[in-house]
Amino acid sequence: MGGIGGPEKLIVKGKRLDGRALDELRPIQIKAGVIKNADGSAMIMQGETKIVVAVYGPREVFPKHFARADRAHLNCVYDMAAFSTPERARPGPSRRSVEISKVIRDSLAPAIFLEKYPKTAIDVFIEVTNANAGTRVAAICAASVALADAGIEMRDIVTAVASGKVDGQLALDLFELEDNYGEADMPLAIMPRTGEITLLQMDGDITKDEAAKLIEMSMNACQKIYELQKRALRDRYATEGAAAEETVE
Amino acid sequence: MNLIQDYLADLLKLQKREDGREPFQYRDVSVETGVISRSPGSARVKIGNTEVLVGVKLDVGTPFPDTPSEGVLVVNAELIPLASPDFETGPPKPESIELARVTDRGIRESHTIDVEKLCIKSGEKVWMINVDVYPMNDDGNLIDAASLGAIAALKSAVLPKYDEKADKVEYKEFTKTKLPVKALPIMVTFGKLRGSLFIDPTRREEKVFDSRLSVSTLENGTLCAMQKGGFGTFTKDEVLQIIDVAIQRGKELRKIISK
Repeated sequence: MGGIGGPEKLIVKGKRLDGRALDELRPIQIKAGVIKNADGSAMIMQGETKIVVAVYGPREVFPKHFARADRAHLNCVYDMAAFSTPERARPGPSRRSVEISKVIRDSLAPAIFLEKYPKTAIDVFIEVTNANAGTRVAAICAASVALADAGIEMRDIVTAVASGKVDGQLALDLFELEDNYGEADMPLAIMPRTGEITLLQMDGDITKDEAAKLIEMSMNACQKIYELQKRALRDRYATEGAAAEETVE
Repeated sequence: MNLIQDYLADLLKLQKREDGREPFQYRDVSVETGVISRSPGSARVKIGNTEVLVGVKLDVGTPFPDTPSEGVLVVNAELIPLASPDFETGPPKPESIELARVTDRGIRESHTIDVEKLCIKSGEKVWMINVDVYPMNDDGNLIDAASLGAIAALKSAVLPKYDEKADKVEYKEFTKTKLPVKALPIMVTFGKLRGSLFIDPTRREEKVFDSRLSVSTLENGTLCAMQKGGFGTFTKDEVLQIIDVAIQRGKELRKIISK
Protein backbone atom coordinates (compact mmCIF):
# COMPACT_ATOMS: atom_id res chain seq x y z
CA MET A 1 0.00 0.00 0.00
CA GLY A 2 1.00 3.58 -0.48
CA GLY A 3 3.39 3.16 -3.38
CA ILE A 4 4.88 6.02 -5.34
CA GLY A 5 3.82 7.06 -8.80
CA GLY A 6 0.10 7.06 -8.04
CA PRO A 7 -2.31 9.93 -8.55
CA GLU A 8 -1.85 12.92 -6.25
CA LYS A 9 -5.32 12.51 -4.79
CA LEU A 10 -7.66 9.54 -4.81
CA ILE A 11 -10.64 11.48 -3.50
CA VAL A 12 -11.57 14.83 -5.01
CA LYS A 13 -14.45 16.83 -3.52
CA GLY A 14 -15.88 13.76 -1.81
CA LYS A 15 -15.91 11.75 -5.05
CA ARG A 16 -13.57 8.94 -5.98
CA LEU A 17 -11.59 8.97 -9.23
CA ASP A 18 -14.15 6.72 -10.92
CA GLY A 19 -16.93 9.08 -9.86
CA ARG A 20 -18.35 6.99 -7.04
CA ALA A 21 -19.33 8.11 -3.56
CA LEU A 22 -17.34 6.62 -0.67
CA ASP A 23 -20.00 4.04 0.20
CA GLU A 24 -20.98 3.20 -3.37
CA LEU A 25 -20.44 -0.17 -5.02
CA ARG A 26 -19.24 -0.50 -8.59
CA PRO A 27 -21.95 -1.69 -11.01
CA ILE A 28 -22.39 -5.43 -10.47
CA GLN A 29 -23.86 -8.02 -12.78
CA ILE A 30 -24.18 -11.67 -11.81
CA LYS A 31 -25.37 -14.47 -14.01
CA ALA A 32 -25.84 -18.14 -13.15
CA GLY A 33 -25.46 -21.06 -15.55
CA VAL A 34 -22.82 -19.85 -17.98
CA ILE A 35 -20.80 -23.03 -18.54
CA LYS A 36 -22.69 -25.95 -20.01
CA ASN A 37 -20.25 -28.67 -18.98
CA ALA A 38 -20.25 -27.70 -15.32
CA ASP A 39 -22.70 -28.91 -12.68
CA GLY A 40 -23.08 -25.31 -11.61
CA SER A 41 -21.58 -22.05 -12.81
CA ALA A 42 -21.75 -18.30 -12.55
CA MET A 43 -20.20 -15.15 -13.90
CA ILE A 44 -19.72 -11.83 -12.13
CA MET A 45 -18.81 -8.43 -13.49
CA GLN A 46 -17.97 -5.83 -10.89
CA GLY A 47 -16.74 -2.68 -12.55
CA GLU A 48 -13.96 -3.92 -14.80
CA THR A 49 -13.36 -7.07 -12.77
CA LYS A 50 -14.76 -10.10 -14.53
CA ILE A 51 -14.73 -13.65 -13.18
CA VAL A 52 -16.17 -16.98 -14.28
CA VAL A 53 -16.70 -19.83 -11.80
CA ALA A 54 -17.52 -23.48 -12.49
CA VAL A 55 -18.49 -26.08 -9.90
CA TYR A 56 -18.00 -29.78 -10.58
CA GLY A 57 -19.38 -32.26 -8.10
CA PRO A 58 -20.14 -33.82 -5.79
CA ARG A 59 -17.98 -36.28 -7.72
CA GLU A 60 -15.23 -38.84 -7.24
CA VAL A 61 -12.24 -37.56 -5.28
CA PHE A 62 -8.89 -37.30 -6.98
CA PRO A 63 -6.31 -37.95 -5.64
CA LYS A 64 -8.14 -40.65 -3.70
CA HIS A 65 -6.44 -40.08 -0.34
CA PHE A 66 -8.14 -36.67 -0.08
CA ALA A 67 -11.47 -38.47 0.41
CA ARG A 68 -13.04 -38.01 3.84
CA ALA A 69 -15.34 -40.61 5.37
CA ASP A 70 -17.53 -38.02 7.08
CA ARG A 71 -17.72 -35.15 4.61
CA ALA A 72 -16.97 -33.84 1.15
CA HIS A 73 -13.52 -32.62 0.20
CA LEU A 74 -13.89 -28.99 -0.89
CA ASN A 75 -11.34 -27.94 -3.47
CA CYS A 76 -11.05 -24.34 -4.66
CA VAL A 77 -8.74 -23.16 -7.38
CA TYR A 78 -8.38 -19.43 -8.03
CA ASP A 79 -6.54 -18.66 -11.23
CA MET A 80 -5.79 -15.49 -13.15
CA ALA A 81 -5.86 -15.71 -16.91
CA ALA A 82 -2.57 -14.63 -18.50
CA PHE A 83 -4.30 -11.68 -20.18
CA SER A 84 -6.25 -10.52 -17.11
CA THR A 85 -3.63 -8.07 -15.80
CA PRO A 86 -1.78 -5.15 -17.45
CA GLU A 87 1.42 -7.19 -17.63
CA ARG A 88 1.01 -10.79 -18.71
CA ALA A 89 0.44 -13.05 -15.69
CA ARG A 90 2.47 -16.23 -15.92
CA PRO A 91 -0.04 -19.10 -16.24
CA GLY A 92 -0.27 -21.64 -13.45
CA PRO A 93 -0.34 -21.32 -9.67
CA SER A 94 1.58 -18.54 -7.93
CA ARG A 95 2.10 -18.09 -4.20
CA ARG A 96 -0.59 -15.42 -4.27
CA SER A 97 -3.13 -17.61 -6.07
CA VAL A 98 -2.46 -20.56 -3.76
CA GLU A 99 -3.13 -18.42 -0.70
CA ILE A 100 -6.25 -16.87 -2.25
CA SER A 101 -7.55 -20.33 -3.17
CA LYS A 102 -7.16 -21.31 0.47
CA VAL A 103 -8.92 -18.27 1.92
CA ILE A 104 -11.75 -18.64 -0.60
CA ARG A 105 -12.15 -22.26 0.47
CA ASP A 106 -12.19 -21.20 4.13
CA SER A 107 -14.84 -18.59 3.31
CA LEU A 108 -17.19 -20.91 1.35
CA ALA A 109 -16.89 -24.01 3.55
CA PRO A 110 -18.91 -22.66 6.51
CA ALA A 111 -21.94 -22.29 4.22
CA ILE A 112 -21.85 -25.75 2.64
CA PHE A 113 -23.35 -28.87 4.27
CA LEU A 114 -20.15 -30.79 3.48
CA GLU A 115 -21.26 -33.58 5.83
CA LYS A 116 -24.11 -34.38 3.40
CA TYR A 117 -21.67 -35.50 0.72
CA PRO A 118 -19.17 -37.88 2.35
CA LYS A 119 -16.40 -39.46 0.27
CA THR A 120 -16.92 -37.01 -2.59
CA ALA A 121 -15.15 -33.94 -3.93
CA ILE A 122 -16.71 -30.58 -4.67
CA ASP A 123 -14.44 -28.70 -7.05
CA VAL A 124 -14.75 -24.95 -7.46
CA PHE A 125 -12.74 -23.52 -10.35
CA ILE A 126 -12.38 -19.76 -10.51
CA GLU A 127 -10.97 -17.96 -13.52
CA VAL A 128 -10.30 -14.24 -13.39
CA THR A 129 -10.56 -13.09 -17.00
CA ASN A 130 -10.19 -9.37 -16.35
CA ALA A 131 -8.75 -8.04 -13.09
CA ASN A 132 -9.36 -4.63 -11.57
CA ALA A 133 -9.12 -5.22 -7.79
CA GLY A 134 -11.51 -7.07 -5.52
CA THR A 135 -11.08 -10.33 -7.41
CA ARG A 136 -11.14 -12.64 -4.38
CA VAL A 137 -14.36 -11.16 -3.02
CA ALA A 138 -16.06 -11.09 -6.44
CA ALA A 139 -14.93 -14.70 -6.90
CA ILE A 140 -16.58 -15.67 -3.60
CA CYS A 141 -19.87 -14.04 -4.66
CA ALA A 142 -19.86 -15.86 -7.98
CA ALA A 143 -18.66 -19.15 -6.48
CA SER A 144 -21.51 -19.34 -3.99
CA VAL A 145 -24.01 -18.70 -6.79
CA ALA A 146 -22.32 -21.46 -8.81
CA LEU A 147 -22.51 -23.83 -5.82
CA ALA A 148 -26.22 -23.12 -5.43
CA ASP A 149 -26.63 -23.56 -9.19
CA ALA A 150 -25.00 -27.01 -8.83
CA GLY A 151 -27.74 -27.89 -6.35
CA ILE A 152 -25.33 -28.27 -3.43
CA GLU A 153 -27.09 -27.89 -0.10
CA MET A 154 -26.04 -24.71 1.69
CA ARG A 155 -26.88 -22.80 4.86
CA ASP A 156 -26.75 -19.54 2.99
CA ILE A 157 -25.16 -17.86 0.00
CA VAL A 158 -21.80 -16.33 0.90
CA THR A 159 -21.47 -12.67 -0.05
CA ALA A 160 -18.26 -10.70 -0.01
CA VAL A 161 -16.86 -7.26 -0.65
CA ALA A 162 -13.61 -5.40 0.03
CA SER A 163 -13.43 -2.02 1.64
CA GLY A 164 -10.51 0.05 2.78
CA LYS A 165 -8.93 3.36 3.58
CA VAL A 166 -8.16 5.81 0.82
CA ASP A 167 -6.73 9.31 1.38
CA GLY A 168 -7.56 8.87 5.07
CA GLN A 169 -11.22 8.10 4.35
CA LEU A 170 -13.10 4.81 4.50
CA ALA A 171 -14.26 3.60 1.11
CA LEU A 172 -16.28 0.66 -0.18
CA ASP A 173 -15.35 -1.73 -3.00
CA LEU A 174 -11.89 -0.44 -3.93
CA PHE A 175 -10.84 -0.36 -7.56
CA GLU A 176 -7.29 -0.84 -8.75
CA LEU A 177 -5.82 2.63 -8.12
CA GLU A 178 -7.28 2.71 -4.61
CA ASP A 179 -6.11 -0.82 -3.94
CA ASN A 180 -2.57 0.04 -5.07
CA TYR A 181 -2.20 3.49 -3.56
CA GLY A 182 -4.66 3.52 -0.66
CA GLU A 183 -3.69 2.98 2.97
CA ALA A 184 -5.58 -0.22 3.73
CA ASP A 185 -7.62 -2.98 2.14
CA MET A 186 -9.99 -5.30 4.00
CA PRO A 187 -11.74 -8.13 2.17
CA LEU A 188 -14.72 -9.51 4.10
CA ALA A 189 -17.26 -12.28 3.45
CA ILE A 190 -20.40 -13.04 5.40
CA MET A 191 -23.40 -15.29 5.40
CA PRO A 192 -25.97 -12.47 5.15
CA ARG A 193 -28.80 -14.31 6.92
CA THR A 194 -26.88 -14.47 10.22
CA GLY A 195 -24.11 -11.93 9.59
CA GLU A 196 -21.44 -14.49 10.48
CA ILE A 197 -18.03 -13.57 9.05
CA THR A 198 -16.44 -16.30 6.90
CA LEU A 199 -13.55 -14.30 5.43
CA LEU A 200 -11.62 -11.49 7.02
CA GLN A 201 -8.28 -10.23 5.83
CA MET A 202 -6.69 -6.84 6.19
CA ASP A 203 -3.48 -5.21 5.27
CA GLY A 204 -2.54 -1.62 5.71
CA ASP A 205 -2.86 0.71 8.62
CA ILE A 206 -6.16 1.31 10.46
CA THR A 207 -7.43 1.83 14.00
CA LYS A 208 -9.85 -0.48 15.77
CA ASP A 209 -12.69 2.03 15.26
CA GLU A 210 -11.95 2.19 11.56
CA ALA A 211 -11.94 -1.61 11.41
CA ALA A 212 -15.36 -1.66 13.09
CA LYS A 213 -16.70 0.92 10.63
CA LEU A 214 -15.29 -0.94 7.62
CA ILE A 215 -16.90 -4.19 8.80
CA GLU A 216 -20.22 -2.36 9.18
CA MET A 217 -19.92 -0.70 5.76
CA SER A 218 -19.04 -3.97 4.03
CA MET A 219 -21.81 -5.87 5.79
CA ASN A 220 -24.41 -3.36 4.59
CA ALA A 221 -23.09 -3.59 1.03
CA CYS A 222 -23.21 -7.38 1.22
CA GLN A 223 -26.97 -7.20 1.71
CA LYS A 224 -27.23 -5.43 -1.66
CA ILE A 225 -25.00 -7.96 -3.43
CA TYR A 226 -26.98 -10.76 -1.75
CA GLU A 227 -30.11 -9.57 -3.59
CA LEU A 228 -28.24 -9.65 -6.93
CA GLN A 229 -27.01 -13.20 -6.21
CA LYS A 230 -30.54 -14.39 -5.41
CA ARG A 231 -31.89 -12.67 -8.49
CA ALA A 232 -29.27 -14.37 -10.68
CA LEU A 233 -30.42 -17.75 -9.40
CA ARG A 234 -34.09 -16.92 -9.85
CA ASP A 235 -33.45 -15.66 -13.40
CA ARG A 236 -31.57 -18.81 -14.23
CA TYR A 237 -34.43 -21.08 -13.30
CA ALA A 238 -37.29 -18.80 -14.35
CA THR A 239 -35.95 -18.87 -17.87
CA GLU A 240 -34.37 -22.30 -17.91
CA GLY A 241 -33.81 -23.39 -21.47
CA ALA A 242 -33.47 -19.88 -22.79
CA ALA A 243 -30.57 -19.11 -20.43
CA ALA A 244 -28.89 -22.43 -21.16
CA GLU A 245 -28.51 -21.39 -24.79
CA GLU A 246 -26.29 -18.50 -23.84
CA THR A 247 -22.64 -18.97 -23.04
CA VAL A 248 -19.92 -16.78 -21.64
CA GLU A 249 -18.93 -13.91 -23.86
CA MET B 1 -10.63 -36.67 16.93
CA ASN B 2 -14.20 -35.81 17.89
CA LEU B 3 -13.50 -36.98 21.43
CA ILE B 4 -10.65 -34.48 21.69
CA GLN B 5 -12.89 -31.82 20.20
CA ASP B 6 -15.66 -32.53 22.73
CA TYR B 7 -13.15 -32.54 25.56
CA LEU B 8 -11.47 -29.25 24.57
CA ALA B 9 -14.83 -27.56 23.86
CA ASP B 10 -16.21 -28.65 27.25
CA LEU B 11 -13.09 -27.32 28.99
CA LEU B 12 -13.39 -23.98 27.18
CA LYS B 13 -17.01 -23.67 28.31
CA LEU B 14 -15.56 -23.79 31.86
CA GLN B 15 -12.96 -21.14 30.87
CA LYS B 16 -10.23 -23.81 31.00
CA ARG B 17 -7.67 -25.33 28.65
CA GLU B 18 -5.97 -28.71 28.49
CA ASP B 19 -2.60 -27.25 29.53
CA GLY B 20 -4.03 -25.35 32.48
CA ARG B 21 -4.17 -21.98 30.76
CA GLU B 22 -7.07 -19.56 30.79
CA PRO B 23 -8.69 -18.81 27.42
CA PHE B 24 -6.79 -15.54 26.90
CA GLN B 25 -3.52 -16.61 28.52
CA TYR B 26 -0.52 -16.81 26.21
CA ARG B 27 2.10 -19.53 26.69
CA ASP B 28 5.59 -18.62 27.92
CA VAL B 29 7.57 -16.92 25.19
CA SER B 30 11.32 -16.70 24.76
CA VAL B 31 13.27 -14.97 22.02
CA GLU B 32 17.01 -15.33 21.39
CA THR B 33 18.82 -13.53 18.60
CA GLY B 34 22.16 -14.13 16.94
CA VAL B 35 21.69 -17.90 16.99
CA ILE B 36 23.10 -18.59 13.52
CA SER B 37 26.63 -17.32 13.05
CA ARG B 38 26.42 -17.59 9.26
CA SER B 39 23.36 -15.37 9.13
CA PRO B 40 23.60 -11.58 9.54
CA GLY B 41 20.34 -11.66 11.54
CA SER B 42 18.67 -14.62 13.18
CA ALA B 43 16.31 -15.57 15.96
CA ARG B 44 14.97 -18.56 17.81
CA VAL B 45 11.47 -18.15 19.21
CA LYS B 46 9.80 -20.51 21.62
CA ILE B 47 6.10 -20.32 22.44
CA GLY B 48 5.53 -23.17 24.86
CA ASN B 49 6.74 -26.24 22.97
CA THR B 50 6.55 -24.50 19.61
CA GLU B 51 9.96 -23.52 18.32
CA VAL B 52 10.94 -21.70 15.14
CA LEU B 53 14.27 -20.66 13.75
CA VAL B 54 14.38 -17.57 11.55
CA GLY B 55 17.34 -16.43 9.49
CA VAL B 56 17.84 -13.28 7.44
CA LYS B 57 20.00 -13.25 4.34
CA LEU B 58 20.98 -10.08 2.53
CA ASP B 59 21.93 -9.72 -1.06
CA VAL B 60 22.21 -6.98 -3.65
CA GLY B 61 19.85 -7.17 -6.59
CA THR B 62 17.73 -5.26 -9.08
CA PRO B 63 14.65 -3.44 -7.69
CA PHE B 64 11.14 -3.93 -9.06
CA PRO B 65 10.41 -1.53 -11.93
CA ASP B 66 7.46 0.08 -10.07
CA THR B 67 9.52 0.74 -6.93
CA PRO B 68 12.99 1.56 -8.33
CA SER B 69 14.39 3.06 -5.12
CA GLU B 70 13.09 0.53 -2.60
CA GLY B 71 14.72 -2.54 -1.19
CA VAL B 72 12.91 -5.85 -1.46
CA LEU B 73 11.65 -7.96 1.43
CA VAL B 74 10.64 -11.59 0.92
CA VAL B 75 9.44 -13.96 3.63
CA ASN B 76 9.49 -17.69 3.04
CA ALA B 77 8.42 -20.53 5.32
CA GLU B 78 9.54 -24.14 5.06
CA LEU B 79 7.38 -26.58 6.97
CA ILE B 80 10.10 -29.21 7.23
CA PRO B 81 9.02 -32.76 8.20
CA LEU B 82 11.45 -32.71 11.11
CA ALA B 83 9.09 -30.39 13.00
CA SER B 84 5.84 -32.34 12.94
CA PRO B 85 4.35 -35.71 11.96
CA ASP B 86 1.92 -33.67 9.84
CA PHE B 87 4.54 -32.09 7.57
CA GLU B 88 5.72 -33.81 4.43
CA THR B 89 8.57 -33.25 2.02
CA GLY B 90 7.77 -31.94 -1.42
CA PRO B 91 6.56 -28.72 -2.97
CA PRO B 92 5.12 -26.08 -0.60
CA LYS B 93 1.56 -26.72 0.53
CA PRO B 94 -1.09 -23.97 0.87
CA GLU B 95 -0.45 -23.95 4.66
CA SER B 96 3.21 -23.01 4.32
CA ILE B 97 2.47 -20.42 1.62
CA GLU B 98 -0.22 -18.87 3.81
CA LEU B 99 2.15 -18.81 6.79
CA ALA B 100 4.83 -17.06 4.73
CA ARG B 101 2.46 -14.57 3.15
CA VAL B 102 0.71 -13.67 6.41
CA THR B 103 4.09 -13.16 8.11
CA ASP B 104 5.22 -11.13 5.11
CA ARG B 105 2.14 -8.86 5.15
CA GLY B 106 2.43 -8.28 8.89
CA ILE B 107 5.90 -6.86 8.31
CA ARG B 108 5.44 -5.22 4.92
CA GLU B 109 2.17 -3.41 5.62
CA SER B 110 3.40 -1.97 8.89
CA HIS B 111 6.35 -0.43 7.02
CA THR B 112 8.59 -2.14 9.54
CA ILE B 113 11.54 -1.79 7.23
CA ASP B 114 12.35 1.59 5.79
CA VAL B 115 12.81 0.13 2.31
CA GLU B 116 13.91 3.42 0.80
CA LYS B 117 17.04 3.31 2.97
CA LEU B 118 17.93 0.01 1.30
CA CYS B 119 18.49 1.68 -2.06
CA ILE B 120 22.09 1.59 -3.29
CA LYS B 121 21.48 3.02 -6.77
CA SER B 122 17.94 3.87 -7.86
CA GLY B 123 16.62 1.59 -10.57
CA GLU B 124 19.74 -0.56 -10.50
CA LYS B 125 20.84 -1.81 -7.12
CA VAL B 126 19.03 -2.30 -3.85
CA TRP B 127 19.37 -4.58 -0.85
CA MET B 128 17.19 -7.69 -1.04
CA ILE B 129 16.14 -9.08 2.32
CA ASN B 130 15.21 -12.74 2.52
CA VAL B 131 13.62 -13.91 5.74
CA ASP B 132 13.42 -17.70 6.03
CA VAL B 133 11.27 -19.30 8.69
CA TYR B 134 11.95 -22.89 9.74
CA PRO B 135 9.76 -24.46 12.42
CA MET B 136 11.82 -26.84 14.57
CA ASN B 137 8.86 -28.13 16.57
CA ASP B 138 5.23 -27.34 15.77
CA ASP B 139 3.04 -27.28 18.85
CA GLY B 140 0.63 -24.83 17.29
CA ASN B 141 0.49 -21.12 16.51
CA LEU B 142 3.32 -21.03 14.00
CA ILE B 143 1.90 -17.76 12.64
CA ASP B 144 2.74 -15.85 15.83
CA ALA B 145 6.06 -17.64 16.28
CA ALA B 146 7.09 -16.92 12.69
CA SER B 147 6.09 -13.25 12.92
CA LEU B 148 7.85 -12.75 16.23
CA GLY B 149 10.94 -14.56 14.92
CA ALA B 150 10.97 -12.55 11.71
CA ILE B 151 10.77 -9.20 13.48
CA ALA B 152 13.39 -10.21 16.07
CA ALA B 153 15.75 -11.46 13.35
CA LEU B 154 15.30 -8.31 11.27
CA LYS B 155 15.83 -6.10 14.30
CA SER B 156 19.11 -7.83 15.06
CA ALA B 157 20.33 -7.97 11.45
CA VAL B 158 23.32 -6.10 10.07
CA LEU B 159 24.36 -5.55 6.46
CA PRO B 160 27.18 -7.68 5.07
CA LYS B 161 30.08 -5.86 3.43
CA TYR B 162 29.37 -4.73 -0.11
CA ASP B 163 32.08 -3.74 -2.56
CA GLU B 164 30.28 -1.34 -4.87
CA LYS B 165 33.03 -1.16 -7.48
CA ALA B 166 33.36 -4.88 -7.88
CA ASP B 167 29.61 -5.29 -7.28
CA LYS B 168 30.30 -8.05 -4.84
CA VAL B 169 28.76 -8.90 -1.50
CA GLU B 170 31.19 -10.31 1.05
CA TYR B 171 28.70 -12.62 2.71
CA LYS B 172 31.07 -13.62 5.49
CA GLU B 173 31.94 -10.09 6.57
CA PHE B 174 29.32 -8.30 8.61
CA THR B 175 29.36 -4.52 8.99
CA LYS B 176 27.97 -2.68 12.02
CA THR B 177 25.16 -1.12 9.96
CA LYS B 178 21.78 -2.28 11.26
CA LEU B 179 18.75 -2.78 9.06
CA PRO B 180 16.41 0.25 9.11
CA VAL B 181 13.72 -1.27 11.37
CA LYS B 182 11.28 1.47 12.38
CA ALA B 183 8.25 -0.40 13.75
CA LEU B 184 7.57 -3.56 15.72
CA PRO B 185 4.35 -5.20 14.51
CA ILE B 186 3.18 -8.10 16.69
CA MET B 187 0.89 -10.84 15.45
CA VAL B 188 -1.51 -12.45 17.90
CA THR B 189 -3.61 -15.45 16.89
CA PHE B 190 -6.91 -16.66 18.32
CA GLY B 191 -8.89 -19.85 17.87
CA LYS B 192 -12.61 -20.45 18.08
CA LEU B 193 -14.20 -23.74 19.04
CA ARG B 194 -17.98 -24.09 19.33
CA GLY B 195 -18.45 -20.45 20.20
CA SER B 196 -15.53 -20.17 22.66
CA LEU B 197 -12.62 -17.87 21.84
CA PHE B 198 -9.08 -18.54 23.02
CA ILE B 199 -5.59 -17.20 22.38
CA ASP B 200 -2.40 -18.90 21.16
CA PRO B 201 -3.75 -22.33 20.11
CA THR B 202 -1.67 -25.48 20.61
CA ARG B 203 -1.33 -28.07 17.86
CA ARG B 204 -4.02 -30.24 19.44
CA GLU B 205 -6.35 -27.26 19.63
CA GLU B 206 -5.57 -26.30 16.02
CA LYS B 207 -6.53 -29.76 14.85
CA VAL B 208 -10.08 -29.45 16.16
CA PHE B 209 -10.88 -25.72 16.26
CA ASP B 210 -13.47 -24.26 13.90
CA SER B 211 -11.55 -21.18 12.86
CA ARG B 212 -8.75 -18.82 13.71
CA LEU B 213 -8.13 -15.11 13.42
CA SER B 214 -4.70 -13.47 13.47
CA VAL B 215 -4.32 -9.76 14.13
CA SER B 216 -1.09 -7.80 13.82
CA THR B 217 -0.82 -4.53 15.72
CA LEU B 218 1.69 -1.72 16.24
CA GLU B 219 2.88 0.16 19.32
CA ASN B 220 0.23 2.87 18.91
CA GLY B 221 -2.58 0.31 18.81
CA THR B 222 -3.27 0.49 15.07
CA LEU B 223 -3.84 -2.70 13.10
CA CYS B 224 -1.60 -3.59 10.19
CA ALA B 225 -2.82 -7.06 9.15
CA MET B 226 -5.58 -9.57 9.78
CA GLN B 227 -6.18 -13.06 8.48
CA LYS B 228 -9.01 -15.49 9.14
CA GLY B 229 -8.59 -19.21 8.51
CA GLY B 230 -10.52 -22.42 8.99
CA PHE B 231 -14.01 -23.60 8.11
CA GLY B 232 -15.80 -21.71 10.90
CA THR B 233 -17.04 -18.13 11.27
CA PHE B 234 -16.69 -15.11 13.57
CA THR B 235 -19.28 -12.53 14.55
CA LYS B 236 -18.50 -8.84 14.32
CA ASP B 237 -18.45 -8.55 18.13
CA GLU B 238 -16.01 -11.44 18.39
CA VAL B 239 -13.70 -9.73 15.88
CA LEU B 240 -13.77 -6.51 17.91
CA GLN B 241 -13.10 -8.40 21.14
CA ILE B 242 -10.18 -10.19 19.49
CA ILE B 243 -8.74 -6.87 18.27
CA ASP B 244 -8.80 -5.52 21.85
CA VAL B 245 -7.00 -8.53 23.28
CA ALA B 246 -4.54 -8.56 20.35
CA ILE B 247 -3.53 -4.94 21.05
CA GLN B 248 -3.05 -5.71 24.74
CA ARG B 249 -1.12 -8.98 24.33
CA GLY B 250 0.85 -7.37 21.51
CA LYS B 251 2.18 -4.81 23.99
CA GLU B 252 3.41 -7.56 26.32
CA LEU B 253 5.05 -9.53 23.51
CA ARG B 254 6.67 -6.39 22.10
CA LYS B 255 8.46 -5.86 25.41
CA ILE B 256 10.21 -9.22 24.96
CA ILE B 257 11.76 -8.26 21.62
CA SER B 258 12.41 -4.64 22.58
CA LYS B 259 14.89 -5.72 25.26
